[in-house]
Amino acid sequence: MNALTGTGHLVRLVLRRDRVRLPLWVGGLTGLTVVSAAAVQDLYSTPVEIAAYRATVQDSASGRLLNGVPYAVDTVAGITAYEVTSIAGLVVALMVTFTVVRHTRGEEETGTAELLRSTVTGRHAGTAAALLVAIGAAFLAGALDAAVLWAIGLPGAGSLLHGAALAGVGLVFTASAAAAAQLTSSARGALGVAGAVLALLFVVRGVGAVRDDWLVWLSPFGWQDATRPYGDRLWWPLLLVVALTAVVAGGAAWLTAHRDFGSGLVPPRAGRARATAALGTPVGLAWRVQRGLFLGWAVGLTLFAALFGSLGREVVTLIESNPEMADVMGLSLDDVVRSYFAYVIPFLGVLASAYAVASALRLRSEELGGRAEAVLATGTSRLAWALGGVAVTVLGTLAMVVLMGVALSTSHLLLSGEDALFGRLVGATVQQAAPVLLVASTAFLAHGWFPHRALLAWAVFAFALLEAYLGELLSMPAWLADLSPFRHPAGVPVEPFTPWPLLVIGALAAAAVAVGLAGLRRRDLSSA
Amino acid sequence: MNAIEIEQVVKTFGAVRALDGFDLTVGTGEVHGFLGPNGSGKSTTMRVLLGLLRIDSGRVRMLGGDPWSQAAELHRRLAYVPGDVTLWPSLTGGEVIDLLSRMRGGLDERRRAELLERFELDPTKKARAYSKGNRQKVALVAALASRVELYLFDEPTSGLDPLMEAEFQRAVGDLRADGATVLLSSHILAEVEALCDRVSIIRAGVNALSGTLADLRHLTRTTVLAETARPADGLTGVHGVHHLQQHDGRVTFEVDSDRIGDAVAHLAGLGLTSLQAHPPTLEELFLQQYGERLEP
Repeated sequence: MNALTGTGHLVRLVLRRDRVRLPLWVGGLTGLTVVSAAAVQDLYSTPVEIAAYRATVQDSASGRLLNGVPYAVDTVAGITAYEVTSIAGLVVALMVTFTVVRHTRGEEETGTAELLRSTVTGRHAGTAAALLVAIGAAFLAGALDAAVLWAIGLPGAGSLLHGAALAGVGLVFTASAAAAAQLTSSARGALGVAGAVLALLFVVRGVGAVRDDWLVWLSPFGWQDATRPYGDRLWWPLLLVVALTAVVAGGAAWLTAHRDFGSGLVPPRAGRARATAALGTPVGLAWRVQRGLFLGWAVGLTLFAALFGSLGREVVTLIESNPEMADVMGLSLDDVVRSYFAYVIPFLGVLASAYAVASALRLRSEELGGRAEAVLATGTSRLAWALGGVAVTVLGTLAMVVLMGVALSTSHLLLSGEDALFGRLVGATVQQAAPVLLVASTAFLAHGWFPHRALLAWAVFAFALLEAYLGELLSMPAWLADLSPFRHPAGVPVEPFTPWPLLVIGALAAAAVAVGLAGLRRRDLSSA
Repeated sequence: MNAIEIEQVVKTFGAVRALDGFDLTVGTGEVHGFLGPNGSGKSTTMRVLLGLLRIDSGRVRMLGGDPWSQAAELHRRLAYVPGDVTLWPSLTGGEVIDLLSRMRGGLDERRRAELLERFELDPTKKARAYSKGNRQKVALVAALASRVELYLFDEPTSGLDPLMEAEFQRAVGDLRADGATVLLSSHILAEVEALCDRVSIIRAGVNALSGTLADLRHLTRTTVLAETARPADGLTGVHGVHHLQQHDGRVTFEVDSDRIGDAVAHLAGLGLTSLQAHPPTLEELFLQQYGERLEP
């Protein structure tokens, strides 16, 4: 018996439990890669089109922020890589993070790991099984990525390297999630830590790409780009991947061996013996349950917004370094800055809708976790209980967009010294509350009728994200793209503000919530 | 007026008929034991009474109202303790007690303090750090600290140690003295025997039996051991006698409780030298009911 005894059994258990999830992740990612790569082949088939693409992306701050440094974009293969690499890396990183936390800290928190540990299993077997499955899924995603790129007609050696670099991103974040799972005593906390690390590393790569400096080397996403699969084909950045993975996974193993089962690094502290006056109403309870969620997202999204705002100045710098391009495109500097903001602000809105969906789905987890039953056995009606959750989601969203708008406008003001746009940038960000709440309202709607299927609301978010990130590349038909509510508010500061889209979107959201609440009042309460 | 009236209630989950024409009546001021094997429909009944589940057919009245459509109003007048308490991991026990009591419409401060002491519960611990028994105590204190008319307890003492179990029995005794109604689902027969005025046994979603413990005993058989001077062969002919065994002048048999007089009269005629009779223990009673071993 050693520390890894029983890993084989646990691997089979993990695979059994994830037999739907993992194929969905890997299959979804592969499908997305096929569709976007095929679109690139269509869009950039002539030298003129390729040259035009190159001229645009070289100096696009928003492009660099999201996709990194463009390499070899004078070939269709290079363009393909530039368009598919970042989002594939993000999806793989999220896939391994969710998988690892679910099967390590998640199991420990619910107590199922205790049963398993009482059988003939070693101390590290549980973590090892989760890591093996996550790494296996990342390699499978990498292999399929290489295969489809090659099948679509890109060079074989480059495609192989592209797939390997993608698997490499999975490797690093598998280890990082395993380490995060040792730090906190709750799965939600572990996801928060791992997610924050992921977002930070993505942003570091983006900022490094915009400034074209060494910052990109601090991020695994930067290493993924640095392999330049359809340019210089460098394999050595993958050595960094392996080294960092080994160090972080070793750290996670050390932490596992040096902590008590079920505990995190932070010892539990005593809390209040009495509840504050605010706790005792449905709204007070919902706020208390979601406080950590709101604060975590508020910090992250405020930083993101400040970062996006600060890049307004970089847009100017990029254009100044290449005045001919601005001439060719017939744009003034002011136009470029405005269209940059009109592009990134709805993107911030999409990110905020992830918070809103997570917040709305807390009603579901309260119900399925059995905690709603305790509340509903008191004098609190179902409607009051659910409205408490709705109120916190709505107020949280409003606070979130105000924070983001102020952060974005302030950082733009401080760095560019340009105050003409301040008010309009705040307004443009705040009006995102309407589409954000429409996305969240689908969670309330689904929860009201089908609590077990309410996670489908994440699909609405995923669609909005896909449309914002890849909508143009995929040449989505207009009717499909227009399903994303983020396309409808006025494109301030390029277009003038108009309230009508917000009123329509807001009315739709209110109607969806009302229908959801009607369903909730009619159905049986679920448990587990 | 009765506190709870359930008539011919049917509740299905897909193909499963969890309650299949179930009846239950609990009088006001009564402590009513609710017994049945695992999965027989006890928790479903509790959840119907709480308005968490909607019945397919039948009629339910609780405290004079409809538990589904008037849930929130009725809940101000009742308190509930489930058998498997789940709490908010980041809230302390003290916060949960305050939260639930306030949402019910207020708590008795003196009772809260007294109950925390009686149940030896530390209210400053986070719920995720409590053991099962301690989570159970949080729910018990939250329920008992409210002065309400009706208490619904669904296996409330699972996970409690014997001292705490005794505290719970004392607390229910106090509730009874105050005139409250209690519906107590339990597998701990000593608890039921000590506390309950009447009991109901549910089996496969049907009320198998309701009555006082004395009534139930009366419905079942008494075990008799006797020694007689002459062989007791003739007993087989006495109505209501079952499982007769004879050995060396000693006879053992079971007799329907309402026929015991006939059997003893017959034994007396045979030169009775020694007689022991004991009513069925509660365990025997339940085993007969749960296992369908009672012959017609």
